[in-house]
Parts: sequence; structure tokens; C-alpha cells
Amino acid sequence: MHASRQQPRTLKHRLWVAFLVVPPIAFMSLFVVYPILSAFAYAFYDWQGLARGPFVGLKNFKEVLFGATMAPVVWNAFLHNVYALIALMIIQNGGGFFLAWLLYKEPFGFRFHRIAIFVPVVLSTIIVGFLWKLFLNPNFGIINQALYSLGLDSLAKPWLGDSSTALGALILANAWHFVGFPALVYLAGMQRIPPEVIEAARLDGTSEWQLLKNIVWPLVAPSTTILFTLLFIGAFNWFEIPYVMVGLDGSPFGTTDVLGLVFYRTAFGNQSASIQNFGMGSALATLLFLFIVVFASMLTLWLRRREIQF
Amino acid sequence: MTAITSDTPATRQAIPFVLLAQVILIANSFIMLYPVVVMVLSAFKTTGEIFEHPFALPDFTQVGNFAKVLGETAMPTYFVNSVLVTGTSIILILVLGTMAGYAVARYESRTNTFILLFFLAGLMLPLKLAVIPLFILLRDLGLLDSRWSLIVTYTAIGLPSTVFIMAGFLRTLPAELEDAARIDGASEPRIMWSVMLPLARPPMAIAAIQNAVPIWNDFFFPLVFIQTDARKTLPQGLTTFMGEYTTDWGMLFAGLTIAAAPITLLYIALSRQFIQGMTAGAVK
Repeated sequence: MHASRQQPRTLKHRLWVAFLVVPPIAFMSLFVVYPILSAFAYAFYDWQGLARGPFVGLKNFKEVLFGATMAPVVWNAFLHNVYALIALMIIQNGGGFFLAWLLYKEPFGFRFHRIAIFVPVVLSTIIVGFLWKLFLNPNFGIINQALYSLGLDSLAKPWLGDSSTALGALILANAWHFVGFPALVYLAGMQRIPPEVIEAARLDGTSEWQLLKNIVWPLVAPSTTILFTLLFIGAFNWFEIPYVMVGLDGSPFGTTDVLGLVFYRTAFGNQSASIQNFGMGSALATLLFLFIVVFASMLTLWLRRREIQF
Repeated sequence: MTAITSDTPATRQAIPFVLLAQVILIANSFIMLYPVVVMVLSAFKTTGEIFEHPFALPDFTQVGNFAKVLGETAMPTYFVNSVLVTGTSIILILVLGTMAGYAVARYESRTNTFILLFFLAGLMLPLKLAVIPLFILLRDLGLLDSRWSLIVTYTAIGLPSTVFIMAGFLRTLPAELEDAARIDGASEPRIMWSVMLPLARPPMAIAAIQNAVPIWNDFFFPLVFIQTDARKTLPQGLTTFMGEYTTDWGMLFAGLTIAAAPITLLYIALSRQFIQGMTAGAVK
């Protein structure tokens, strides 16, 4: 619906509309469009610290993808991003879906559970990261303390220092932080399903599992589209939790390295080595940008088609 | 709205399931809240007590950790910076977002679709990846290492979703409201200010909450843009603080508790608005 036809078409009117739209557009152009376009351009130059050097074509891209020093680090980190994405899709979004279904039944204490599940979402990632780092401390953290007090001494581990458990610990901390978000988005999606549909299925004697699989899951497809796309973008931008919990190097032995850490190290310097490479950093950012745009669009289109099918 | 009516045969079958659901939900709420409770309880303990009795209730009169964090560290400065940065960003986001949203929603124009698409693009692209050019731009503008570097960045990130929320809402207001004011001789700015905007408070509150939480909590941009300790915001200040007091766990937990308290208490008081605001983009 649009405003009425009685609007005047005078110069004064045009100036007024321009006054409304020009400042926001100028602001976005300067602080979003220009930096994003520059990021692409910067990747084609050699950089000496903060000064732009000569045009070098695709050299930075080659180094990032195939170079002897960068490529192994980048591909190792990329693999960890993929692991995190898959694990979070199952634990965070999948777990959120099942929690939403339990909440949908509005059981005793519904309001309390709905508030509780969203408390971590409101906390800063930094707080969540530090909190879990303290809890996972090998000597004094409550996780190992709890295992000792239960007599399960053999299960106690230096969780963040052990290369077999460190990445998993980061993923679980992330899932604890954000599971409330998909849960409440799915809950809102479920509450929009006409109750008659679910009641009719129940009267037909449909089992709980079949109801979930054949009716609820397809009908909340729009929520799934948005949640999976957001998770995809988030997983490949992952930075804060690894930075706080295991540090800039992705220790132990690069087993928790992710692209966000590699990007930050390359662009803004490793504290110990203090190497800063804006060209290589921009190349990595550009590749990540293209990857996210291409795959997030494909994911969205594929999930959207799924929405129409039902 | 209840999905289950108590006398259908289907429900009687589902009773064990309802019980199981209840147990899972209680366990889940425990997992969600227990770490936060431990954080608060540990803030009242000395480091020795934390290690010896990690699960015990503390003596709540022991507030030495809080006194030390507030009196001897830079946490109060970080807190003030966070309030200044978040507050200014939200005001800018609301002013600019409402201007663009109002123009798109209330005035017919050939460029409307283009303007919406322009902001839509900003919604999907992570500005984090453009941090290098942003860094250079802010340096050239002389804003690096100032609170304004964060304010303009957060405003740029928050604007697209706000334009969508505001345009979506303003579009639903009836044209008769404007027409009546126009016949009475009110100017266009007057109509916007006195007739339309007073009605637009609910979507403004949603946009404000949706942006305030991630801005208040952001860590990445201060890490890159801010060097001077006196201009750090809470999340970045926390990393400095945690680095200095690595062995004093009582202090660490007190610092975390102080940093988490304002937004958590606000959330508990206004949970409905928070949930609505933060899931607004994903729930149509």
C-alpha cells in the first residue's frame, strides 16, 4: 500500500524526500559499499604495512590458495570451519528444533523454560568464551571437578589443550551460547501452523515422530531457510569463541585454527611475530566473501524451493 | 493456544512423551542457567574457596572481589564507553533508519525498489570481512582509536535491518491519517513528526533492542580499531582485565558478573521484548 495521490509534486516536496533518503544512503555508501569494493581492489596490490605498494595481479590469491606457507594453514582452517558448520547444524539448529517442539506443547513451566533457553544468547561471546575457558581448566575447572567427584577420574582431560577435544569444546560452547536462538525462531514457526492440522493428524493416530517428520518439519521450512543461512554465514565468520578460548594461533598445534583467526593474524599481525599483510588479508577476505555469497545464495535458493514443494 | 486437548485418545498415548519432554526441558534449563549461576556464586568467593568448594554456596557478604574490580581496575571506564558507544549508535541507527524507511514507505517514487535493494545488500554481507578497508578509511578520516570509529561501524551494520523494520511497519499505517493532516494544512515534516512517528514507537523499540544487544556485546571491531585503554568497551576491556588477573579467579568471575549483569537483568525484566526484537529478522 502506498501513500495517497494527493501528495504535492513540488520542488519543495522533492527536496524533502531527498533530505530523508540522501543521508542514510550516503552513510551506507561510505561505510559499507566503499569498504567492501575496496576489499576486492586491495587484494590485487602488494602492501608494506599500511602503505599500498605496486599492483601484483593475482599473486596474493595464488599465495593464499596454493602458496607453500599460506595454503596449508588456510585449507586446514577451512576444514575446521566445515566441521564447525556441520556440527552446529546438528547440535545447535537440530537441537533448537527439538527444544522448540517440546516448548510448543506449552508444558508446565513454559514461560520459565522459554526465558532460560535465551539467557546465554543475550550474553557477550567474550563472557561465554571466558566462562567456558575457566570451567574447562584442567586443574580447577568445574567440568573436571565434577568428573572427579563422580569418580570418573579417567574421563577428566585438559579439554582445550588436547588436540582431539579442543575443537569439539569450542563447538559445544558455541552451541550452548546460541541454541536458544533457533529454538525460539522454530517455536514461532510452529505456533503459526494451524492447530487443526496437528489435531487432525493426532486423531488419525499419527505417531509423535511421524507428526514431527511429515508435518511440523516441512511446515517450518521458512524458519529453516533463514536459520541455516545465518548459521552458514556465522560458521565461516567464526572468530570470537576460538580467539578467547584457545588464542590467536588456534592451539594446540593448529587443531582449532579457523579462517577468522587466519584472516586476523594475516591482516593485523601475530602478536609474537608482528607481521602485517593487508594484501594477503584482503585476498583471503575476498575469497571468503565470494564463497559466502555464492554458497549462501545457493543454500537459500535450495531451501526456498523446498518451502514451495510442500 | 494448546495443541493437546486432554480427552482425546491420541493424548493418552502421548503421556509418557509429555513426561519425557518435561524432564528434557528441565535438564536443558539447568544446563542453560547453571554456568551463569556458578559465575555469580564464584564472584562472591575467594580464589581458594573456588578451588576447594567449587559447588558450595558462598557467603554473600564477601563482596571484596566486586569492590576490587570497581575500585582498582578500569572496568568502570569500559562500562561508560560501552554505554556511550551503544547509546550513540542506537540513536543514529534509529534516526537514519526511520528517515529512509519513511521515505520508502510513505512516498511513491521510481527509486523505492532500488533503495530497498541497496539496503537489502547490506543485510546479507558481513562487514567483518571489509575490516581492512574500513580500518584505512577510518585512519584517513582521523577516527581510528576513537569511539566514533565504533559508532559509525555499528550504525552501518544496524541500518539495513532497521530500514526494513521501519518501512515494513510504516507501510501498514493508513493513508487517511496523512490526508486528513494535509487537508488541515500540515507540512510534510510536520505530518511525519506529529502524526506518523508517535505511532511508530513499537517497531522503533524492536529495532533498538535488535541492534543494542550485538553492539553492546561486540568484540571484533574494538579489537581492531581501539588501542588506548581509556577508550575500550566492556568486551574488549574484559580481555585486558582477564589477561592481568589470570590467577585471581574470584576477581575474574566478579569481572564477568559485572559485565554480564546489566544486559541480563534487563533481559529478565523485558524478556518478551528482547525475544521479539532479537528474532525479528527471522520471524515474519
